[in-house]
Amino acid sequence: MANVTLRNVRKTYPGGFEAIKGVNVDVADGQFCVLVGPSGCGKSTLLRMVAGLETVSGGEIDIGGRVVNQVEPADRDIAMVFQNYALYPHMSVFNNMAYGLRNRGMKEAEVKTRVDEAARVLELTPMLERKPRQLSGGQRQRVAMGRAIVRQPKVFLFDEPLSNLDAKLRIAMRVEIRKLQRRLSTTSIYVTHDQLEAMTLADILVVMNGGQVEQFGNPLAIYEKPATTFVASFIGAPPMNLMSMRADEIKSQIGNSGDAGILGIRPEDFVITDQTPAGGVALPLTVEAIERVGAETFIYGSRKQDEQRIAANPGELPPGEVIVRIPGSEAPPIGQKIRVAAVRAKLHLFSDDGRTRIEA
Amino acid sequence: MQKQAIFQAKLLPYALVAPQLAIVLIFFYWPAAQAVIQSFLLQDAFGLSTSFIWFDNYIELFQDPAYYEAIVRTFFFSFAIAVSSLSFALLLAVMADKPLRGSMLYRTLLIWPYAVAPPVVGVLWIFMLHPSLGVLSRYLRGMGVDWNPLLDGDQAAALIILAAAWKQISYNFLFFLAGLQAIPKSVFEAAAIDGARPMRRFWTVTFPLLSPTIFFLLVVNIVYAFFDTFGIIDTMTRGGPGTSTVTLVYKVYTDGLLGGNLGSSAAQSVILMVMVIVLTGIQFRFVERKVTY
Amino acid sequence: MVEEEGFRRYVAHAILWIGIAIVAFPVYIAIVASTQDNALIANGQMSLLPGGHFFEVYYQTIFVGTSGSTREPVGNMMLNSLVMALLIAVGKIAISIISAYAIVYFRFPFRMPIFWIIFITLMLPVEVRIYPTYKIVADLHMLDSYAGLALPLIASATATLLFRQFFMTVPDELLEASRIDGAGPLRFFWDTLLPLSRTNMAALFVILFILGWNQYLWPLLITTRDDMQTIQVGIRKMITTTDALTEWPVVMATAVLAMLPPVFVVVAMQRLFVRGLVETEK
Repeated sequence: MANVTLRNVRKTYPGGFEAIKGVNVDVADGQFCVLVGPSGCGKSTLLRMVAGLETVSGGEIDIGGRVVNQVEPADRDIAMVFQNYALYPHMSVFNNMAYGLRNRGMKEAEVKTRVDEAARVLELTPMLERKPRQLSGGQRQRVAMGRAIVRQPKVFLFDEPLSNLDAKLRIAMRVEIRKLQRRLSTTSIYVTHDQLEAMTLADILVVMNGGQVEQFGNPLAIYEKPATTFVASFIGAPPMNLMSMRADEIKSQIGNSGDAGILGIRPEDFVITDQTPAGGVALPLTVEAIERVGAETFIYGSRKQDEQRIAANPGELPPGEVIVRIPGSEAPPIGQKIRVAAVRAKLHLFSDDGRTRIEA
Repeated sequence: MQKQAIFQAKLLPYALVAPQLAIVLIFFYWPAAQAVIQSFLLQDAFGLSTSFIWFDNYIELFQDPAYYEAIVRTFFFSFAIAVSSLSFALLLAVMADKPLRGSMLYRTLLIWPYAVAPPVVGVLWIFMLHPSLGVLSRYLRGMGVDWNPLLDGDQAAALIILAAAWKQISYNFLFFLAGLQAIPKSVFEAAAIDGARPMRRFWTVTFPLLSPTIFFLLVVNIVYAFFDTFGIIDTMTRGGPGTSTVTLVYKVYTDGLLGGNLGSSAAQSVILMVMVIVLTGIQFRFVERKVTY
Repeated sequence: MVEEEGFRRYVAHAILWIGIAIVAFPVYIAIVASTQDNALIANGQMSLLPGGHFFEVYYQTIFVGTSGSTREPVGNMMLNSLVMALLIAVGKIAISIISAYAIVYFRFPFRMPIFWIIFITLMLPVEVRIYPTYKIVADLHMLDSYAGLALPLIASATATLLFRQFFMTVPDELLEASRIDGAGPLRFFWDTLLPLSRTNMAALFVILFILGWNQYLWPLLITTRDDMQTIQVGIRKMITTTDALTEWPVVMATAVLAMLPPVFVVVAMQRLFVRGLVETEK
């Protein structure tokens, strides 16, 4: 049991490329922390630095009160689940799980107890004598998990462990991982590029971009109050509609909004209505495309107006594409002009460069 | 190409490469360097005195018509062996590539001569075609051929080429078969639909798609004919009659051993070295080896 | 395809059987000759059917040798060949796999120069350095010894390249998982890399065993004592004497015995053989 603290952690490669530009994260004991971001954002590098597979160029990595920058991976008391599982192909499931324990000189009886227990929990007992290639993708994934839990480490590290599974299995394993982690209450750091996985798993969510932390905290809090336009568009699917606008326009419509230059509205926060709520915004749209997925429907509308009406009416936004999500499968026909609106509380305002959230 | 995941250790990697490095330096580089040095020296037959004579060994060599003959003969042997063995192997491979019953058996029955050592190949063939007791010589004489490879240089050369080509059939067959099997069957089907008859299909589709394999095998066969025919020649004709089956490698061997002319032998070694470097260079530079299997 | 039916198919079968006959004929003759009486062969009266002297010829060949020329039992020559072939095959694999491991899994000064030094030996076959190598082996007092037969042939650029190629395809995560599991470089090599290389080693072994068994020029040079002769050298010496004295049945039995181990390996381990042959030519 341990907390993990990253203090101003940096990674610069010999070529001069700065992969991690000073990251501060604090994961409390027993918490499930998810690092999320687009590919190349540095999240895997950061995880591998915690594991000890990458050297640390600057700052400190602290596991359970001990700075581990110079400690070998084997001595950090961590376990890792790899994206491709990295199972030893020539060893049986049992030996795969037992290998790390035996290397530490654990007694064979204790090894057996631990592996059997892990196999029971992960429902791998009937497969202990099989080789990895005789297992399905989901089973291999569970062996990789088993290899991590038998060690009873201070910290679990997960590097996109579900990305090689098909969609259905991914959801099932996601739930299993969460249940397992709750039960063992082992501090965990989990890397993914899938925002849905991130939202559902995390106690604490770290959104990364370009080697930096954009925002971290409770996932729902991040969803509700994204700190930057990057977070706003990365968390939530379909992404938030972001519209740049002139400050005077916003001011005239919304009132006190500082020097905001970008307005964001989530697709699900729109309603189709003829009214303009006080302090909110309304958009006239032409329906371009409809996607019905059963419980909900996405409307892709364009705000392109007639040429002569270049100036927007009060409360209307400049041209662009907008996604609107409405419940049910009723939708206006393609080509129809509709009017959608969002209330003041559902508007997100950002500075011109998108780096600052403005609370009005 | 480099691995990202590596170990940190200072001395271990040197310990791991040390055995190979030691053998390579002692038994490869040192002798090769010696050969180069020796090729500039003149040594008397008893090794009592040596003198540095610059390129005299080379000059002497290139003024020696016997050396020219050996060069021409070696290249002639190489091409004759390569062409005859390759064409026969290709024919067999094209047949074996067809969806025939027992094609695995055919493969097994055709590849094993690879394992027969060159001197044994020589013994087998000289026995069959021995002028006085060979079982095939009887028929040749019956057909009116005055067959005596132990006295007739051309016949001796033919015998060497035949035996050497025979041994190489299996190797060529195997690579041709692999090359053929690597060609997607849909290409043949498309050609068939385009109206190409089997013979035409072979020349317009199979052959061009197989050309990387053919080129690769051509180089390999030439290298084989240069070096591995030594055993065949040594058991069959010992370079004779006269010098009519002496190849470059055989000449290095006899000049050094029997003639005791180490300087000339060393110069010949160096020339061979250059030829190997050129052939290896060609092999690495031009052979798109991925296509062959 | 439709055209592959019927007549063309028979033609293909026929051509293949003709090919097999051509390939097999010399060996058939050798087997037949090894069961016949020498006098009959020497007269040029050899029958094309097996004779009745199988046991006596092979007994003489293996345990006694020729009565004229070398008088060395071929059984002993086979033993020499076997020891040499095994030493060469095992030695090449052992020193190549560890050097490839060092070159792929470590970074150290002179890594690439060392790789090139090994690689360039491809261009230095024994034929181009015969006498200087002979001299070194003589200076090291290794003439007429197994060490002299095997050691100078044990370096292998091909095997090193092959293992290097293979190691490059082993996922990095296996090493990382091993490191997390507490395995150091030697343990990773022994526990993971070596078991994973099994098929490659086996395929390579098949090829190298055949190449080792079939060595000729080198053993011819450095063995002077008859009891250190390999079978390939021995067979040549059996026909050095004038034709009339050559004991052809024994020579042919020796030829058959010389072919037997490598041909058996090719046929019995055909898949490994084909794989090894194709891989080593990369």
